[in-house]
Amino acid sequence: MNITLNGNNKSLQKKSSVLDLLKDLQLTPETVVVELNTTIIQPDSYDSTDIGEGDQVEIIRFVGGG
Amino acid sequence: MLCISGTEFRSRLFLGTGKFSSSTVMAEAIEASDCQMITVALRRVDLENPDDDIMTALGQREYTFLPNTSGARNADEAIRLAHIARAASGSSWLKLEVTPDPRTLLPDPVETLLATERLVKEDFIVLPYMNADPILALKLQDVGAAAVMPLGSPIGTNQGVLNDSQIEIIIEQARVPVVVDAGIGAPSHAAYAMEMGADAVLVNTAISVAGDPVAMAAAFAQAVKAGRTAYLAGMGQKSKQACASSPETGKLSSDLGFLA
Repeated sequence: MNITLNGNNKSLQKKSSVLDLLKDLQLTPETVVVELNTTIIQPDSYDSTDIGEGDQVEIIRFVGGG
Repeated sequence: MLCISGTEFRSRLFLGTGKFSSSTVMAEAIEASDCQMITVALRRVDLENPDDDIMTALGQREYTFLPNTSGARNADEAIRLAHIARAASGSSWLKLEVTPDPRTLLPDPVETLLATERLVKEDFIVLPYMNADPILALKLQDVGAAAVMPLGSPIGTNQGVLNDSQIEIIIEQARVPVVVDAGIGAPSHAAYAMEMGADAVLVNTAISVAGDPVAMAAAFAQAVKAGRTAYLAGMGQKSKQACASSPETGKLSSDLGFLA
């Protein structure tokens, strides 16, 4: 399955939830915000939200800024 | 004490967290600045460095985080970032930045006003970054901005407060706190803004790129306090003509005869 992750193409080997993807990327869920097709996914829905073919996923976090 | 949207701040120095050489230096500079309000930005996670998280570096200290919408080029992009900021921080504080031109990074007044109006309706605490335009400042207050943040000079330029006469009018007319943001390059610039009656200043580049950011943060903290104290003490009036500080009476003879 192919998705767009943070602007880049990515292939997922198996059906994944948002939580699966974060684990694969070694990201701590509490430190990021996930947008799926421009909709923010609430953390308590990471496990139950599946990523589908062609989905656009943005994973965002705070960085230094002024 | 400074009060924005019901929250009180003992410190009138707000600190930006960009461009520090390391998380350790940033944390030490924040400590030295004694600030209570810290700005952060939102960016895509660097998937090559999944552990690089600023919030971990900042720890669990009691700061008010002020996420910015830097990178937004119009109201829609800023509002999208605002929603992400609220999801990430769990709070509604927002420094609204709409900068369509990457060369000048000057704020778009029309899009900023539009976004402020919409975000206030969504219960965000909006602090818009704006050009030093007194009419715009009033309009932003009218639609519910919690503070206004006029720029001293363009972001990251260290040029200081170039538009002081405009900022003076903004301060004079303000019904909400005025935070002078951007371009403040030296503690003297910060003191000057505070002497004018600004309620706070936001500093980033001048501290983060200093030779010793921790010492510079401390210098800014002192300057902001000094400027505020001077403002409250009441500054003397400016005059074009000299006015002697020493008494005009009881002077020695003007013919210098006493030197013979």
